[in-house]
Amino acid sequence: MSDLTALSVAEMREGLAARAFSAAELVSAHVAAAEAARPLNLFITETFDRAMDAARAADAALAAGTAGPLSGIPIGIKDLFATKGVRTTAASRILGDFTPPYESTVTAKLQAAGAVSLGKLNLDEFAMGSSNETSAFGPVVSPVRAQGSEAPLVPGGSSGGSAAAVAARVVAAATGTDTGGSIRQPAAFCGVAGIKPTYGRCSRWGIIAFASSLDQAGVFARSVRDCALLLEAMAGFDPRDSTSIDAPVPRWAQQLSGDLRGRRVGIPREYRVEGMDPGLEALWEQGAAWLRDAGAEIVEVSLPHTAQALPTYYILAPAEASSNLARYDGVRYGLRVVPEGGGLADMYEATRAAGFGAEVRRRIMIGTYVLSAGYYDAYYRKAQKVRALIARDFAEAFAACDVLLTPTAPTGAFPLGARNADPIAMYLNDVFTVPSSLAGLPAMSVPAGADSAGLPLGLQLIGRPLDEGLVLDAAYALEARAPKLPAPASWWR
Amino acid sequence: MAARRSQKPVMAPPYLVNGETGPFEVVIGLEVHAQVISKSKLFSGASTAFGGAPNTRVSLVDAAMPGMLPVLNGECVRQAVRTGLALGCTINRRSRFDRKNYFYADLPAGYQISQYEAPIVGEGAVEIELEDGTRKAVGIERIHLEQDAGKSIHDLHPELSYVDLNRAGVALMEIVSKPDLRSPAEAGAYVTTLRAILRAIGSCDGNMQEGSLRADVNVSVRRPGAPFGTRCEIKNVNSIRFIQQAIAFEARRQVDLIEAGEAVVQETRLFDPERGETRPLRSKEDAHDYRYFPEPDLLPLVLDEAFIEACRASLPELPHARRRRYETELGLSPYVAGVLTADIEESLWFELLLAESAKRQGKPPREVAERAANWMTGDLFAALKRLDRTIADSPVTPAQGAELLALLADGTLSGPLAKQVFEIMLETGENPGVIAEARGLKQVTDTAALEAAVAAVLQANADKVAEYRAGKEKLFGFFVGQVMKASGGKASPALVNDLLKRALG
Repeated sequence: MSDLTALSVAEMREGLAARAFSAAELVSAHVAAAEAARPLNLFITETFDRAMDAARAADAALAAGTAGPLSGIPIGIKDLFATKGVRTTAASRILGDFTPPYESTVTAKLQAAGAVSLGKLNLDEFAMGSSNETSAFGPVVSPVRAQGSEAPLVPGGSSGGSAAAVAARVVAAATGTDTGGSIRQPAAFCGVAGIKPTYGRCSRWGIIAFASSLDQAGVFARSVRDCALLLEAMAGFDPRDSTSIDAPVPRWAQQLSGDLRGRRVGIPREYRVEGMDPGLEALWEQGAAWLRDAGAEIVEVSLPHTAQALPTYYILAPAEASSNLARYDGVRYGLRVVPEGGGLADMYEATRAAGFGAEVRRRIMIGTYVLSAGYYDAYYRKAQKVRALIARDFAEAFAACDVLLTPTAPTGAFPLGARNADPIAMYLNDVFTVPSSLAGLPAMSVPAGADSAGLPLGLQLIGRPLDEGLVLDAAYALEARAPKLPAPASWWR
Repeated sequence: MAARRSQKPVMAPPYLVNGETGPFEVVIGLEVHAQVISKSKLFSGASTAFGGAPNTRVSLVDAAMPGMLPVLNGECVRQAVRTGLALGCTINRRSRFDRKNYFYADLPAGYQISQYEAPIVGEGAVEIELEDGTRKAVGIERIHLEQDAGKSIHDLHPELSYVDLNRAGVALMEIVSKPDLRSPAEAGAYVTTLRAILRAIGSCDGNMQEGSLRADVNVSVRRPGAPFGTRCEIKNVNSIRFIQQAIAFEARRQVDLIEAGEAVVQETRLFDPERGETRPLRSKEDAHDYRYFPEPDLLPLVLDEAFIEACRASLPELPHARRRRYETELGLSPYVAGVLTADIEESLWFELLLAESAKRQGKPPREVAERAANWMTGDLFAALKRLDRTIADSPVTPAQGAELLALLADGTLSGPLAKQVFEIMLETGENPGVIAEARGLKQVTDTAALEAAVAAVLQANADKVAEYRAGKEKLFGFFVGQVMKASGGKASPALVNDLLKRALG
């Protein structure tokens, strides 16, 4: 039975439909894998009993012919999605034992499609981080190791638990959220596929906010097709989110062809940054060759404001975060710390000092600063203007091409603790992912190769607004040509 | 509107605060916060009804639960646009919501969603009229939509404060005037006029006691003709009388400061109604830095022409137009027309009274308008004042009022009888016809019955008849009085006169 965890979502669907195995068998194999993988610290909250109940319900639905498209498929939920009756923490102490009386739109849609959640996956606190080391529940350890090394690596972040759980065969797929690369970078680090759709494709209702104008839900899986299957269930207009897009959701999985004839793939020249791993640069060129092999024409394009994207992001995202996190004040829910004899201001200070970790506090400080009177024009307003220029860069590039190919992250995974002392070095992880986030474009990381130490490297595809279809199809073409990375050795068992 | 308006507008003497060194002019601008009439809150589905147990009208959005998002209530947008149109303002086709960030226990999200840089309504003007008939246009700077905060209650527990979020998220319109007002009376007339318009179009109930309408009052003083002085803002004043008191006190305080050689410090102040004075709340240095920025959870608000035209078409007749109509079409005096259009509830009551009166008496409205208006502004308003009631809970309906007026008009009731019947109507709520019938209060116009009464009186007073016939004509009044007495006061005086004259030959 243990090989049930190696199946793709598509294979699981077929097996369930053919009664080759039951949903209960499928889910229980994954629960066993999850229990064995506890050393990786993937879950903040396990819901295995609920998962088994849901699996039995899925079996009943399968027998009755009322099964949904994802009935019985074991998944994990990033602990940034509110889940009714299940503790939701954002990996922060400030939420204490918060259990929402409501279910996020995205997870409700997955439930309705029949997917079975094994629990709430670890992440960087409030999704602020690129290594999953800022979690108040401890870091996630990547299932991936360098060749011949036992040094623990980071899974990337902020959706580190999600990427690692998929890579470790603990779940078939997992939700993530991506604000500046929080799906794509960990997908690259862990050697799995991950897609962030167009801003507004998935409802943000019930997702704990980091930076509202950038936050977008997406999904991890071990194949492009599986990502497509999951995203179909998650996407769609939601009147409860005013920024949600009212557009039909295509049947992406069915439309995958890998045939890129007549398509132009743009290579943005500004993405050749100094200090880039030479192996990564070679892989990028190789990726372009694979896409040419799939029929695409390769063109060089320019995104002139690429260098300004990271500083722009690190003004806008903290600005929004400083406001979004003001609600964690100890008044209505979550942690409350009241110093003896203290008043309201003392309660705020003590609660927030005890409740927020260092990275979250740093971003609240940055965000408060850039919005302050006297600094607003120099920082926030200017950053908004640059953001518009970045979006215009993409629009102009898409006049010359249909989809962009870039690396996902400048390097492969790094060791736990290696970059904690230097926030700027950590922020540089997002250099390739942030521009498309600022422009709200669909983007995906797909495993494409490995560095000299055997660590997975990803390539990123960026599409026009709402053109997830081509992003997925180009990724599908890459996936078909890239060497299959071996599954991580189960060293944690 | 307590005094008679003169026919021609006259210039009132300017309101000046006289200091020892000469007169000062007062400059006033008002930010009126008007609660929008809507079933649900500005960004959530929770009820806006006043009252209710604490924290029972709170949605997940209002409580700022993690992951909750605001969704704009279209009805609040409609009301703001209607208000803008009623005040002659430009409507901005594109506006935006911003976050105003500050920490307080009754502000659940840690920010208020408001409109800072791009409000929904732009400039306009309101015409006000003072008691002496002076008219003046007061500029509107802008109107924006924003959320109300909750309520902190500090006096229920020695150490703890309680928070009630029922109001949190309720839609407010902030109506910002230009600094065009120059006296407490002008400020009072401005709020009165504004309130009448908002109530007439149904965008705000104007209830100042419940806090549905309140004002931040900006006051500065200057030598006449000099540039604006430094202003102080008096927060959250919730009655027209208090607004006027606060301005008078604040102007005096600023003049005294300047004359003492001190500077007016820009600050936020509170008005204490018990002492009739303003006190500092916080200085400019302590002022919050609200860190406004565009609300990323909401898209810019874009209005199309069809929506704006539908808002315009939904506007009822506005108070000043109604007043003009009462003067020209109904022939009412400017004063009575003003009284009857100062409040929408009273206007609507009068419209019903007028329509019913015209129908009952079979005459065009113009011919019954004056008597109806005089009765309503006289007898009815006096009665309501005596009973401490408003027109909304008047014990008499417009139809009953019209019936009473009709009974007067057709001679069934005399003036004194009508007053008696009206008193009984106030007590019992019965229809006037029923009262007159049941209690025998009808004017007696039965000639035969009265002829008998006349004959009886003359017979019983044969001596006086002789005196009268001998030339003592003053006795005629005595005979009238006797007949009226015999009829129990119900005889028609005109008929009694006729019959007596005939009988006495």
